[in-house]
Amino acid sequence: MPPFIRQLRNLFVSLRLTVVLLALSIVLVFWATLDQVHLGVWAVQQKFFHSFLVFVRLGDLRVPVYPGGYTIGGLLLVNLISAHAYRFRRGWGKAGIWIAHTGLIMLLVGELVSGLVQQDFQMRLDEGETKNFSESSLLNELAVIDATDPNFDEVVAIPESFVARGTVLQNPRLPFKVVPRGYYENSAVQLRSQAPGAPPSPATQGMGPQLAVTPLEVTYRQDERNTPAAYVELVGPEGSLGTWTVSTLLGNPQAFPYAGRTWKLVMRPKRLYEPYSLTLEKFSHDIYPGTDIPKNFSSRVRINPAGGGEGREVLIYMNNPLRYDGLTYYQASFENNDKTTILQVVRNPSWLVPYIACAAIGLGLVVQFLLHLAAFGRARRPA
Amino acid sequence: MRSRIPVFVVAVAAVCVLLGLAPQPGGPPEAVQAFGRLPVLAEGRIKPFDSLARSTLLVIQGKQRVFAPDRSELTPDEWLLDVLFVPEKADTYRVFVVDNTDLLSLIGKNDENLAIHYDKPVQQVMALIGFLPSRQRRMSFNEIAPYLQQIEAQEKLADPVEAQARTRFQSAVVQLYGNLSHYLRLRRSLAPEGSKDFLGELLHLQETLADGVEAVRAKEAGKPHDEAKASALIEEGQKFIGMAESTDILAIPSDEGSADPGAWNSAGHALLETFGQGYVNPSVLAYAGMGYAWRNHEAASFGHIVNMYGSSLEKRFDRQVRKARIETIFNAAQPFYAGMWIYLAAFLCAVLSWLKWPEPARVTSWGLVALGWAVTTAGIATRMWLEGRPPVTNLYSSALFIGWGSVALCLILEATYKNAIGTAAAGMIGFATLLIAHHLALAGDTLEMMRAVLDSNFWLGTHVVVVATGYASTFLAGILAIIYIIRGVFTRTLDKGTADALARMVYGIVCFATLFSFVGTTLGGIWADQSWGRFWGWDPKENGALIIVIWNALILHARWGGLIKQRGLMCLAVFGNVVTSWSWFGTNMLGIGLHSYGFTEAAFWWLSAFILLQLALIAVANLPLGKWRSFRAAAASS
Repeated sequence: MPPFIRQLRNLFVSLRLTVVLLALSIVLVFWATLDQVHLGVWAVQQKFFHSFLVFVRLGDLRVPVYPGGYTIGGLLLVNLISAHAYRFRRGWGKAGIWIAHTGLIMLLVGELVSGLVQQDFQMRLDEGETKNFSESSLLNELAVIDATDPNFDEVVAIPESFVARGTVLQNPRLPFKVVPRGYYENSAVQLRSQAPGAPPSPATQGMGPQLAVTPLEVTYRQDERNTPAAYVELVGPEGSLGTWTVSTLLGNPQAFPYAGRTWKLVMRPKRLYEPYSLTLEKFSHDIYPGTDIPKNFSSRVRINPAGGGEGREVLIYMNNPLRYDGLTYYQASFENNDKTTILQVVRNPSWLVPYIACAAIGLGLVVQFLLHLAAFGRARRPA
Repeated sequence: MRSRIPVFVVAVAAVCVLLGLAPQPGGPPEAVQAFGRLPVLAEGRIKPFDSLARSTLLVIQGKQRVFAPDRSELTPDEWLLDVLFVPEKADTYRVFVVDNTDLLSLIGKNDENLAIHYDKPVQQVMALIGFLPSRQRRMSFNEIAPYLQQIEAQEKLADPVEAQARTRFQSAVVQLYGNLSHYLRLRRSLAPEGSKDFLGELLHLQETLADGVEAVRAKEAGKPHDEAKASALIEEGQKFIGMAESTDILAIPSDEGSADPGAWNSAGHALLETFGQGYVNPSVLAYAGMGYAWRNHEAASFGHIVNMYGSSLEKRFDRQVRKARIETIFNAAQPFYAGMWIYLAAFLCAVLSWLKWPEPARVTSWGLVALGWAVTTAGIATRMWLEGRPPVTNLYSSALFIGWGSVALCLILEATYKNAIGTAAAGMIGFATLLIAHHLALAGDTLEMMRAVLDSNFWLGTHVVVVATGYASTFLAGILAIIYIIRGVFTRTLDKGTADALARMVYGIVCFATLFSFVGTTLGGIWADQSWGRFWGWDPKENGALIIVIWNALILHARWGGLIKQRGLMCLAVFGNVVTSWSWFGTNMLGIGLHSYGFTEAAFWWLSAFILLQLALIAVANLPLGKWRSFRAAAASS
């Protein structure tokens, strides 16, 4: 074996590397925790854990200063697997270590996968309301809706990131191109009459000309949400149809006729449609008597299955979510004087992995601990 | 003779503890204690007035004893009786702590008018060297009352600012305002503002009720009526509405004896029902009677009314009354306060055994630790029974449980090694955790109700208990390492056998800590998956627990890889204290995330000081072996 390869192998199977990586991960987690005060938990995950390198802004430069979660986790994985492959020995002495480390590999891989595939949405339901979609609490989309048929809408949804980058979109289902002309990640929208000094708006159609859009600083707080706004020009084969102002702050879609069909344009939280729908029968918010300390929140919800048929009623409350059709609905919050429930909707196909992994690690540690204890007892008894 | 010393010492300590359970000679009269045992619904749970008095005093003045302006001492129950029934007297007691200088100047205080002047020269000297307070920290309601408007205005300005972003003045003003309103809510809970003879008013109402109701009905129907009677009754109603709106103390149980806490009422609400049901609520009348007797120093009739009312409640609320009685005994016995001093004594005995008297001092220390552990076990068990919950429900009880778990491990260590190291560590951790708990209790009722998401005995009983055990064992490893370093560097008592034994203990405890912190953390992940939809959310408290797991794993891997030897192990174990204390308290101080509860500025300074101390110990441990007093000879010969 060439000396270089041998050195490399020795490095990757060494406990020294393990210790260094563990120390690096502690610093990473600690730093990320402190940074949450400024960035909020979502941005911190992107910056520190779902990344190969942690960048720090120095003036206008983004300088990589520290290995990110993918790098440290990946190296730990390589270290773990190669050490076990290299030092594999039969016998019961290390059985616990083996089981625990197999579980650890599952946990690391499982967290990587769930970080990649997990999707979070929210469903807001007023009492008596029925919905067949939930909305992202983070991402938005620009929806272009063909509302000609009163029975159904045909929706082309453009992710916010396309609008942000200014990507011109041409879609076979749309008779026009969608050309983003300006975009603010967070903004305030006012009536022009209330903002006399506002610069002229590039918008020519819909509500746009009456509106003034003011950019705001991007917020990372967990209890706030960015309200983006954009100017969007629609260009047909004969030329421009005009420019619209869109924002998540404008509730209703703006409608316009084109080519004999009725179109609607709206910027809204990204939606996840389901083949079934949920109806909120009743939301309850119990408090301890004489206080405002919440005792329990619960939502009585009717599931209306796809294709009609008999629905069923379920109670979603704290620590007791509804798992249905690959999605899990949790009682997250409420508003509107206890008349509206907010359910957290999570799609995470790998949710079972951590359970199995943790069971394996726990078992392994217990086995190893008992083996040590037995050895300790044997060592002391003769004396 | 010597061998009897341990038995004697432990027996004396045990007798002292048991005396706490019996009524104190020279204590308050039995009637006052009986009043303290009466149940009341406050902060969401039914508790004795005694607990209400004590937790209120801890919140507003940081201690339970009250001194009247004539320097006589009042028990918490006597203070509460004055607040409820003789407010003009209670308003003169200095019970509001104000430390912030800006806030003091807002209420017209300065160094001069706060200074305490002692008459006796001895006291003056004591004050000079700091054994007696040299300035007033506590104000009476009367002293503050002229400035209520200014305080309220400043509070309105400070309140919208997030707790973490507030300046010291803002925090102080928000806190004082909260304490004042707490006090006023108590003051208005059983009698209306400014009423000198509430019993008389109620009896008069009872007499004139029928006529008055008739007059009001006639007035509403537009028929001829006696205007004086109608308006007198309406005025009474207004007064009751005022009472109902200005308190959150629900002292009046439901008539039917329904055990549902939701059926309890404030005195004001109960009185409003008078007009509908045609008679004054008997419980309110009983309290008004107590008030009359207490006000007029009619001790005999006060005791009589309290006992009558107490036994009428006993028939309807057997369980609640029994619980309230036990809680009152628990309050008076103060098991955790007693345990704190027992642990301190145990620690001193253990040190004595290394320095002078190996056997008797060691056995005494062992006995004291066992006694302290028994006392705290009883205390924690009582709390669990009162609350109907697993041992750890909030930061306060986590301190109790971490101390309890560490001491339990220490007792096992000591039973195995018999070298007073286990008892020394037990004494240190037991004392420190109970001291921390003592200060955390200043935040209010420590048997508070659980917020919705935490309301799960299964997860509280598994995740929280296992994680707390992980914390406890990580701390224990750190304390053992500190004993190693201090004995090794500063004394000659750390021989090779002891050093090796300590190293084995630390290693074993770190293994144990790894197991428990890992299992506890993952159970937390599973709870989070059940209630929030994600196994891991990088919440600060989760991260803190994760860091403890990784740190323990790091120690073990470094040891297995031969990267550290005995001293290295000790240094890493001491740093485990830093990691654990940050996870326990530091993460709460960030003021973000799902677990951010309880934060005091003082805690921040204590935490910083603790961390600096640990770092200093690690630096000391890195002195060359020649500087270690225990190893000097060995280093020189090798």
